[in-house]
Amino acid sequence: MEWGNVILQGVLVGGLYALFATGLSLIFGVMRLVNIAHGDLIVLAAYVALICVTQTTLNPLLAIFIVAPLMALAGYFLQRLVFNRTLGPDLLPPLLVSFGLSVIIQNGLLQVFSADSRKLSAGAIETATVQVVDGLSIGVLPLLMFATAVAIIGALQFMFYSLPLGRALRATSDDPEVARLMGYDNKHLFGVAMAISLAVVAVAGIFLAVRANFDPAIGPSRLIYGFEAVIIGGLGNLWGTLAGGVILGVAQAIGAKIDPGWQLLAGHLVFLAVLAFRPEGLFPKVDG
Amino acid sequence: MSAPSFRIERSTPESKVALGLGIVALIALAAGPWWIDRNGMRIVGEFLVYLSLASMWNLLAGYAGLVSVGQQAYVGFGGYFLFAWAVLGGLPPLLSVPFAGLAAAVLALPISALVFRLKGAYFAIGTWVVAEVFLLLAAQVTVLGGGSGISLPIDVVRAIGASRDARDMNVYWSTLGIAVAILIGIYILLRSRWGLALQAIRDGELAAETTGVSVAGAKRLLYVVASAGTAMIGALIFLAKLRISPNAAFSVNDWTAFVIFITVIGGIGRIEGPIIGTLLYFALRSALADLGAIYLIVLGCVAVVVMLFAPKGLWGLVADRFGWQLFPTTCRLVLTQPSSQTSPSLKGE
Repeated sequence: MEWGNVILQGVLVGGLYALFATGLSLIFGVMRLVNIAHGDLIVLAAYVALICVTQTTLNPLLAIFIVAPLMALAGYFLQRLVFNRTLGPDLLPPLLVSFGLSVIIQNGLLQVFSADSRKLSAGAIETATVQVVDGLSIGVLPLLMFATAVAIIGALQFMFYSLPLGRALRATSDDPEVARLMGYDNKHLFGVAMAISLAVVAVAGIFLAVRANFDPAIGPSRLIYGFEAVIIGGLGNLWGTLAGGVILGVAQAIGAKIDPGWQLLAGHLVFLAVLAFRPEGLFPKVDG
Repeated sequence: MSAPSFRIERSTPESKVALGLGIVALIALAAGPWWIDRNGMRIVGEFLVYLSLASMWNLLAGYAGLVSVGQQAYVGFGGYFLFAWAVLGGLPPLLSVPFAGLAAAVLALPISALVFRLKGAYFAIGTWVVAEVFLLLAAQVTVLGGGSGISLPIDVVRAIGASRDARDMNVYWSTLGIAVAILIGIYILLRSRWGLALQAIRDGELAAETTGVSVAGAKRLLYVVASAGTAMIGALIFLAKLRISPNAAFSVNDWTAFVIFITVIGGIGRIEGPIIGTLLYFALRSALADLGAIYLIVLGCVAVVVMLFAPKGLWGLVADRFGWQLFPTTCRLVLTQPSSQTSPSLKGE
């Protein structure tokens, strides 16, 4: 039962990793942009939530209704004013601009909030558990985290394949030129995609802040976890990304159980093994 | 009527001036220990380190389009190689530098097979993961200090140089030697057949492939060369610091973020870019050193603005405006007057 517990915890943390990954995967799918500042934006969202909570004494989990719209708005303008200027056949500009943004956000947070680690307290829900079977209980918070990840991915999947907005996003992704000829405003659509991405980032940031300590420097490793989940699951498949996050979470949990020093290493090694033996990912998107 | 005669030239007037200035600067720097004080030497040493790292990164990103955010893997590897070589092997510390390069080249081959499966921006994050793995593995090596790091033992420090001055000079000259070797090496590489291939890849990968350039082979060569060069610099960095820890050795900020900013601001895809960028970086640093985190924010903003509005960097602006090439790598066709027309002036003499 001890190992069962370890694996179950890993699965639930995997939900958080899938949340890190979803925003990353979404904007890559729509505009082939890899946002190196993604992890730092997650941490930024955590700090925005921190301000909300300290100013209003709101429960952090409810602060999402303030933080998500704020981040989405910021995302729209970030895309319109900065990233749209970098998109083109050359890969360097978006990469380097997002890298610069990452350093700016990280040091901006350091300047304003100092390097102290912070945590958001969500109250009694943090320690509440439900018993699955005898000797195996799971926390309500990790469960909520996982359920949220599943719900968000389900909603995005529905949006992409059943709503007009999803159709427009897929059209610009498939062929930006033709999409424009059909009357779509690509620049606006890219802005909307970034807004959705940062709304998901806001959710991820709040769960990150409630689950454990955070400080301005932890962004890059969140980017790496999200990225690994995307590659393990297979590019362009959101449910695959969830599976990738779960595999990463379980690998880290098992690694940590063997030796605390192996927690992160085990996750990276699983990623490298997938890259070596199945570079298209475990659940690649099937082209129709 | 005679056919127009011509000759092929590489050197340009400004490149001859630059060569002269470069030789003067080299002599001045080589004589550094006699006219620069200790603090100045430290800064010059650091300048040479960043110039070399930026030149190596520029070779990868500027010519092969391989944007790595994980070159700190090789800086740290070189540093740890030095410590293993000197502390565990008991071998002369300065000699570790070329061998660190060799070992990194051997290591870079299998790693390139892995990370080359990722394209473009995903390659960037893939290299970062490799650097993280290096960091975590280094923290597991308890004989080299594990997570908390290790200092060079006193007998090894004495083996670098008997006195403090001798030690500083030896490390300084080694750094200067490696920096000059890297710059000249890049220049020779770019003038060779490979260089022509690399410049073709830079200007258009698909077009290069269709004209018979082995794009994959050229990229792998560059990755291995840049990794070896970076590891040699890494060994020198920690030879000067005398102490290593995983977080210092594999720091993405110190060994990659600054290097990327230097190259982008100076001008990516040109040999001159990293030189201009490093000069500017050190000027900016001495002006903003007291500002702490704000200094990095300013540097990041400058890099973003340059990338958005002058993607070829500052040297790109100058080179496009005046057509300058300090390190001439391209051939030019120079038409000369047919001899019948130049002869009158000869007759007049």
